Amino acid sequence: MAKTNGSAGNGHTPSAAQITFLEAIRQAMFEEMERDPTVLLIGEDVGVYGGAFKTSEGLLERFGWERVIDTPISESAIIGAACGMSYLGLRPICEMQFIDFIVCAFNQITNFVAKGHYLWNAPAPMVIRGPSGGGVHGGPFHSANPEMYFVHTPGLKVIYPSTPYDAKGLLKAAVRDNNPVLFFEHKFLYRRIKGEVPAGDYTVPIGKAVVRREGRHLTILSYAAMMHTSLEAADALAKEGIQAEVIDLRTLLPLDEETILHSVKKTNKCLIVHEDTKTGGIAGEIAAILFEKAFDDLDGPLVRVTALDTPVPYAPTLEEHFLPNAKKVFAAAKELARY
Amino acid sequence: MKKELTPPQHLDLYYYMRLNRAVEDTMVKLFRQNKIVGGLYSSLGQEAISVGTAYALEKKDWIAPMIRNIGALLVKGVPPRDIFMQHMAKYDSPTKGKDGTSHFGDLDNLHIVSPISMLGDLIPVMTGVALAGRYLGQEIVAMTWIGDGGSSTGVFHEGLNFAATQKAPFVLILENNLWAYSTPVRKQVPLENLADRAKAYGIESYIVEGNDVVAVYSTAKEAVERARAGEGPILIEAKTFRRLGHAQHDPAEYVPKEMRAYWEARDPIALYEKFLTAEKLLDAKGKREIEEKLDSLLAAEREFAEKSPMPPAELAEEGVYCTGDECHKIRAKWERPISEVTPPKSSVKAVWTVAGFGSGKGSGGANAPIHFGETQAAPPKPARESNNGRAGKATAKPPGKSVLKKTAKAATASSSRKARR
Repeated sequence: MAKTNGSAGNGHTPSAAQITFLEAIRQAMFEEMERDPTVLLIGEDVGVYGGAFKTSEGLLERFGWERVIDTPISESAIIGAACGMSYLGLRPICEMQFIDFIVCAFNQITNFVAKGHYLWNAPAPMVIRGPSGGGVHGGPFHSANPEMYFVHTPGLKVIYPSTPYDAKGLLKAAVRDNNPVLFFEHKFLYRRIKGEVPAGDYTVPIGKAVVRREGRHLTILSYAAMMHTSLEAADALAKEGIQAEVIDLRTLLPLDEETILHSVKKTNKCLIVHEDTKTGGIAGEIAAILFEKAFDDLDGPLVRVTALDTPVPYAPTLEEHFLPNAKKVFAAAKELARY
Repeated sequence: MKKELTPPQHLDLYYYMRLNRAVEDTMVKLFRQNKIVGGLYSSLGQEAISVGTAYALEKKDWIAPMIRNIGALLVKGVPPRDIFMQHMAKYDSPTKGKDGTSHFGDLDNLHIVSPISMLGDLIPVMTGVALAGRYLGQEIVAMTWIGDGGSSTGVFHEGLNFAATQKAPFVLILENNLWAYSTPVRKQVPLENLADRAKAYGIESYIVEGNDVVAVYSTAKEAVERARAGEGPILIEAKTFRRLGHAQHDPAEYVPKEMRAYWEARDPIALYEKFLTAEKLLDAKGKREIEEKLDSLLAAEREFAEKSPMPPAELAEEGVYCTGDECHKIRAKWERPISEVTPPKSSVKAVWTVAGFGSGKGSGGANAPIHFGETQAAPPKPARESNNGRAGKATAKPPGKSVLKKTAKAATASSSRKARR
């Protein structure tokens, strides 16, 4: 799959253009804090330690204690305090050490943060970000993809990027957005992929999907680590004469219906790949949208390739079985292409 | 009762308590006329707490009231019509009918954060408000309220603990009204005094007779000024009693008659009237004038509220997101030089580094800092037992006069560590 960065964590000095996914995130925070003194970072071990994955390394040295706040192990306090800060015009970035722990603050996020603007005109411009996803043998409590709990919550925005360019540009956009934005960082990608990032300031618009590979036989929709899996499968499909169009959703809420519909109306077939579990995953929602808005355009069933409906198991053999992979995507796509 | 307040301030407190009760009396009438859409909660008998604590704040300070803190909203300057319309789900209400009761706020002018129904959530939120105020150099204090029942929530602990670690200028009023719906306080908290919870966070606390408005005010005033001065968060337990049920539907038959009788004899407004009369601050004429003022004010406010229409149905679809640059109008109000929080001034240096540790790009090379000298190298010497140990036993039943006690001061709170800011 993606290129491995073997030198990560060892004084990596990438060229100005090629940086890791993790470095893209660090740069986005660094540059936003440099640009705007209302931007703060708050979370567990984000300061002295630089974050469990070193995404905030160097931020404390540069911006000091008041702007890089190490907190107690209190996710609700982190989210609640950030929300309160946003009411006075600050733009805090909250780090969940692993995104699995975001559910410890579920009430604060879904009831307090998400509803404020609708109910009493109180926007909460804040970002909640953290490492998510499996494939690194983190076990059932360090591998979660909890995005759909929040996609189901009006008032939030949910981003799940797949490339360094998008990670940096979307995180910057999230910091500047006037709404609470959840930003999922697939930890499998942190040091495994590198990508080109322009030298200057840029943002990537929230709510816009992107076509990663053009094709005409079927559409594959995906995001985050599964984006790369889907591209790998598309390469294999091409060798068999099946041209898959691969779309990276990038933002799950709001969903870019236009790009999805445009592609499916062209290819007439749709396969959805996500690392989240099957039941209640975004694939079901997309399927409903396609039935509502593109029913006549469909020439085959909607196919889902997802994780199993189980917790994320620990043993490599079990986790591999649990997760989707390029083989599974390839097989499902080949089957779909026959219609 | 103390007399540090000026005569006009004394009358202010009296007026706001009477207003608080009159607003709620009016809402009971509206409720019985089926004009209130949802539930109706009462602070009958607890008015001294809402009014006395909020009166201790400055205009720039922030509050987040709970369901029984109508009095705090009134002191902050919310017009009664807003409270009526909220309960009646009217279009002109602060939330335009999207939420009811005291669930509304005002970020721009009055500095009020809206509560939600989940108890305790305001504690970390107001901690964040306090921290933001300090960060911006505004010298504000944030205040919120919690009940005896709400103090059992996890977020109470998370919030207060975080506030304590940050020495946030935050004052938490714990209204111990002895009942959490039908559950008596003993089943909520196995403590005689809920103020004892402060010890767990190494913060200051007070216990006050909640039906004595002057005692409440004096205690709150002291706490607010100490918090503002950088002493960290302060917890005040106000002992009181919930005179009515959890809400209008609840006759509270589970409350022992003797308990009710005891507290009904200690009505905060009647107590204060007695005091004001004895001190010759209020006479029959003055009282009549206040009552006439309240009558005409509330009649007008109620009329306005009743005339307001219900929101148009389509409004349900609007406002989930803040869209466009114009939506977010909150701009940080800096009361300190921004240069203090931006490099190079904001930058901190590590005390030591370890070769090969970290080594990220941001660290500027192969050696990442691992220690910033924020923690003492050796444990501090045990501090002198100064104010440690509570003075005397607190009384479960409030006596006639106010009780004001400070709990143990954390030995390390102000000694060796520099305050973070």
